[in-house]
Amino acid sequence: MAELSFSRENKWLRRLLIMVSFVFITVMLILPLVQVLAQVWDFGFKNFWEAVTDEYTLKALKLSILTMISAVTLNTLFGLAAAWAITRFRFWGKGLLITLIDIPFAVSPVIAGLVFIMTFGRLGWTYPFLEAHDIKIVFATPGLVLATIFVTFPFVAREIIPVLLSRGTDEEEAAMLLGSGFFQLFRRVTFPHLKWALLYGIILCTARALGEFGAVSVVSGHLRGKTNTLPLHIEILFREYHTAQSFSAAAILVAAAILILVFRNILEHVSEKDREF
Amino acid sequence: MFIELENICKSFGSYKASDEVSFGLKEGALGALLGPSGSGKTTILKMIAGLEIPDSGDIRLDGARVNNVHPSKRGIGFVFQNYALFRYMTVFDNIAFGLKTRKTARAEVKRRVEELLSLIGLSGFEKRYPSQLSGGQKQRVAFARALAWNPRLLLLDEPFAAIDAKVRKELRSWLRSMISALKITSIFVTHDQAEAIEVADRIIITNHGRVEQTGSPIELYREPATPFVASFLGESMIVEDYGRLLGFEGAPPNSRGALRPEFIQIYGPGEKIQYENSVEEATVVSLAFRGACVEAVIDLHGFQLSSGYSLEKPSISVGGKVKVLIYRLYAFEGDKATLVNNSRLEAHGNGYSFAI
Repeated sequence: MAELSFSRENKWLRRLLIMVSFVFITVMLILPLVQVLAQVWDFGFKNFWEAVTDEYTLKALKLSILTMISAVTLNTLFGLAAAWAITRFRFWGKGLLITLIDIPFAVSPVIAGLVFIMTFGRLGWTYPFLEAHDIKIVFATPGLVLATIFVTFPFVAREIIPVLLSRGTDEEEAAMLLGSGFFQLFRRVTFPHLKWALLYGIILCTARALGEFGAVSVVSGHLRGKTNTLPLHIEILFREYHTAQSFSAAAILVAAAILILVFRNILEHVSEKDREF
Repeated sequence: MFIELENICKSFGSYKASDEVSFGLKEGALGALLGPSGSGKTTILKMIAGLEIPDSGDIRLDGARVNNVHPSKRGIGFVFQNYALFRYMTVFDNIAFGLKTRKTARAEVKRRVEELLSLIGLSGFEKRYPSQLSGGQKQRVAFARALAWNPRLLLLDEPFAAIDAKVRKELRSWLRSMISALKITSIFVTHDQAEAIEVADRIIITNHGRVEQTGSPIELYREPATPFVASFLGESMIVEDYGRLLGFEGAPPNSRGALRPEFIQIYGPGEKIQYENSVEEATVVSLAFRGACVEAVIDLHGFQLSSGYSLEKPSISVGGKVKVLIYRLYAFEGDKATLVNNSRLEAHGNGYSFAI
């Protein structure tokens, strides 16, 4: 990458900025994470293993993974559809749609949770119907999935839209003129362009879905072993002074985050190579 | 007419991209859609291909209305401005794409692609990716891909715009000879008049979404029907109130018109003048060497006119007097342009005498 000429002249400014960045990231991000792992180390492996293999911790982990997979799958499908519509069609209300996709970035997750309570909860307008058909949404798994979807809504679409916009529609128009149907066109012409952006979006979405706390906390009802995801479980353990168990469970999330980061970096490296096309 | 557009209108919001566009092209002809950028050329091309749908009007191909025919069923080959080659496919797969979507047998696909590759002179490039080709080679692959399924009409959007000047000339004559050899009706879009004049049989001039004039290059150049065509094609100088010029006294008040450099004959000192009573005196303002001739700017009744002056003629100098004859000019009236000949020359025969 080219360096700006003024930053080369201003040696001190350059050093200062680099130092500030490093110190900030170390103090704010790395130290707390290392602290979690160090704590776990202090408890000893046996305690750690007991905490991690605890019945409720495992159940919370399972629920977290189930929620994450559902939310990521649905958001991937939605993201592809929205990105395609926004970049490939002319329609009224397109600007509005683009703005709406960003709502989860602007709205506090707590509000997202409350919205679902107000819609599907005891006071919600759909409650009589749900009650009559014995459908449970709030304080059950569907509510957790809905809340997670809401919060992780923009990630996939936001990653794909710029790629589709910058690539233009020429190749697709060419394929259509050559007699290609939609699915062949998507698979052979469009998908190769957006696969890296899509994967990247999915990874971000996964990381966010796994760690989601706020919105999920509102709709969960905190039923241990039933509606507690891992982040909620960690908080409960912590509040009940089970510090060791709490940190051990947190270590799982930290490990998952590190894994996701590593995967993300590999992906960036591979897609960089692919960019020559 | 093989391809015919009638009263085509197309708007994008409040912007009128096509306004009552009508023109036709005979089978086997090579037409150019020529106009400044933003004049609606590409929109016309995309509507013919079916990539845009006209708001009103008819598009007929070989006599049949195709407005509601799916783009892939119109039998049209399209070469995009930036080629739009499939970046993640090899040259072979790019050219074969249209054949495969139409369920052609594998052996036939291979035969046809090889035939096309040798036609465009790129045999042996099957396994390359578009990123490994030069601009000219990409252009040829795009051309072969468009031709793979033997279209009845070939459309090319700014086919030479993205290619550097050196290769462009070569590719132009290559394309011209290729199209004549294949006898395929073709339309290409360009904003470069030299390109249109050199390559096309027929030129359709567009401006602000309207068709200004259609004709052969020489017709358009010699007899422009509108002020826009007169000033867009070739070099021209706008003259106001040209009734001041000798031989054009019949001009209406506040007249406007255009002169081309070749409409002006400059006689140096001592030169023999054929039509003695039709010339008037002018002052040389500047001289610039242009290789084959000298470009002289003269002052005639306050008009600054420029014209070529042969180096074989008697020498002239800045500030010196010369005799000038104006053969003809284009008189503008509203959105019409008409050719007006020097009235003093009428006795000697009217209009252009040179026929090609």
